[in-house]
Amino acid sequence: MQPVGAVVPLKVDIAEKIFRSARGVSITALQDLSFEVRQGEFACLLGPSGCGKTTTLRILLGLDKDFSGSFQLPQGGSNRIAAVFQEPTLLPWRTVEQNVRLALPKSLRAKNLDGLFDTLGLAGMRSLYPAELSLGLARRAALARAFATEPAVLFLDEPFVSLDEQTAERLRHLLLTVWSARPTTALMVTHNLREALMLSDRIIVLAPRPTHVLGVFDVRLPRQQRNSQVMSDLLRSFHHRFPDVT
Amino acid sequence: MTALETGGTRDAPPSMSGRRSLATALVPALTVSVSLLGLCLLWNLAASVWPSRAFPGPGQVWQVLLREAANGDLFYHLGVTLGRVAAAYIVAMIIGSVIGVLLGSYRRVDRFFNPWVILFLNIPALVVIVLGYIWFGLNEAAAIGAVAVNKIPNVVVTMREGARTLDPSYAEMATVYRFGRLDRIRHILLPQLQPYLAAASRSGIALIWKIVLVVELLGRSNGVGFQIHLYFQLFDVAAILAYTLAFVAVMLVIELLLVQPVERHATRWRRRPA
Ligand SMILES: Nc1ncnc2c1ncn2[C@@H]1O[C@H](COP(=O)(O)OP(=O)(O)OP(=O)(O)O)[C@@H](O)[C@H]1O
Ligand SMILES: [Mg+2]
Repeated sequence: MQPVGAVVPLKVDIAEKIFRSARGVSITALQDLSFEVRQGEFACLLGPSGCGKTTTLRILLGLDKDFSGSFQLPQGGSNRIAAVFQEPTLLPWRTVEQNVRLALPKSLRAKNLDGLFDTLGLAGMRSLYPAELSLGLARRAALARAFATEPAVLFLDEPFVSLDEQTAERLRHLLLTVWSARPTTALMVTHNLREALMLSDRIIVLAPRPTHVLGVFDVRLPRQQRNSQVMSDLLRSFHHRFPDVT
Repeated sequence: MTALETGGTRDAPPSMSGRRSLATALVPALTVSVSLLGLCLLWNLAASVWPSRAFPGPGQVWQVLLREAANGDLFYHLGVTLGRVAAAYIVAMIIGSVIGVLLGSYRRVDRFFNPWVILFLNIPALVVIVLGYIWFGLNEAAAIGAVAVNKIPNVVVTMREGARTLDPSYAEMATVYRFGRLDRIRHILLPQLQPYLAAASRSGIALIWKIVLVVELLGRSNGVGFQIHLYFQLFDVAAILAYTLAFVAVMLVIELLLVQPVERHATRWRRRPA
């Protein structure tokens, strides 16, 4: 039994998602996809390219309503959702700071963002336009926007893709720092197993199309204990459970 | 060898760049002045070779201009016409943009209404003006409405093109972060449509003021068009030219002092180097 006032987890139960092309060809992207992410947990969706990870996130973000099944977003506190898309999707005609503030509800518009910008190393870039940022910096600004809204749930779609490994690694640490300051139920899409093992509490492993859950891999160790030794152990036990997943 | 030499002279040392940029700024202005002066001289020459009341020289036109300015008529009629141009422009831009964005966003609606747009595009301005006066009377609203109706189809076509280029990923971002309606229009829609708004504005102002003169000629008792009609009956070509040139000058000043600065401000995020 859940204690009174307990917050609902993220619960996904998608029966089917079919894309119908104009020529009448239909592609079943998702079939019987169901999983749960507990309150305050960081989960990763891991699956091969083209299996339907972005499709799943778009359904959860409310951007795609043409599917059968249901899902439930975490309730309680702010009921806001935040997303970091595969592309940074900053408004090119607004400065970094305006981009962040515009995503805030009216009551938070004037909020002090110094701490967040400092943590993400954007303190000197608040008045720059997105075209003046490198991809890595733009991704940081997208993270700042997502965290500034203090969401009830956070969705990330391969936020570190197409960055060089060094920059990606720095951003992963930054993500952990801002996330730890206010642990939010989060669901991140990735096809990078090492990244998933480093960041998440649980990894939801997806099968190729039509996607369903192959299995769930829980990582119970606190993140600061995941040194390279531990990581290779985790990798080994992951491969032991999911021999077909790379 | 010559290529190498020109390459060398182009790479001027930094100390030269100050004078150079001043020169590059002055040359176009100087060219324009000399060009206009040349036109005036040519006009003056032609007018003195064929002296006629129907073809006054620039000096005569200038004198009429000074006279009309001194007795206040010039500014009154310029102001009235400018007011009509502004009103028709605002009405046409707002209505045209709303319709254009709707048509650009909904393919089915566009397919249905496209023939209407083509029809209205091809109705001569004069017909719209005459019908406007017949149906709604010889009043200000009919005058401005007729001008706006002439311009709206152009705005619709341009803005429809603009709406088709809207990037859905910004709209999706706005949905996720629950942007309000006003924020969506101000921060998502308008900035993306800005180049199309600018294009519609530019062609719009040029077209509108010419139609406003016809509207004034046919059914108003003030404005530059009315004055031109009056001096046409008096066969006073110098006055006709004086009013025309004065209004052209006003429109140029608006272009330089209003349109261009607004556009520079709207595109400031684009001009900075990455
Ligand atoms: N709008 C669409 N119309 C038709 N098919 C689509 C559409 N969007 C996605 N698909 C198909 O659905 C499947 C899943 O796509 P999705 O983008 O969700 O994959 P993904 O797991 O995010 O892949 P990646 O790792 O490459 O980003 C793909 O096979 C794709 O071809
Ligand atoms: Mg994807």
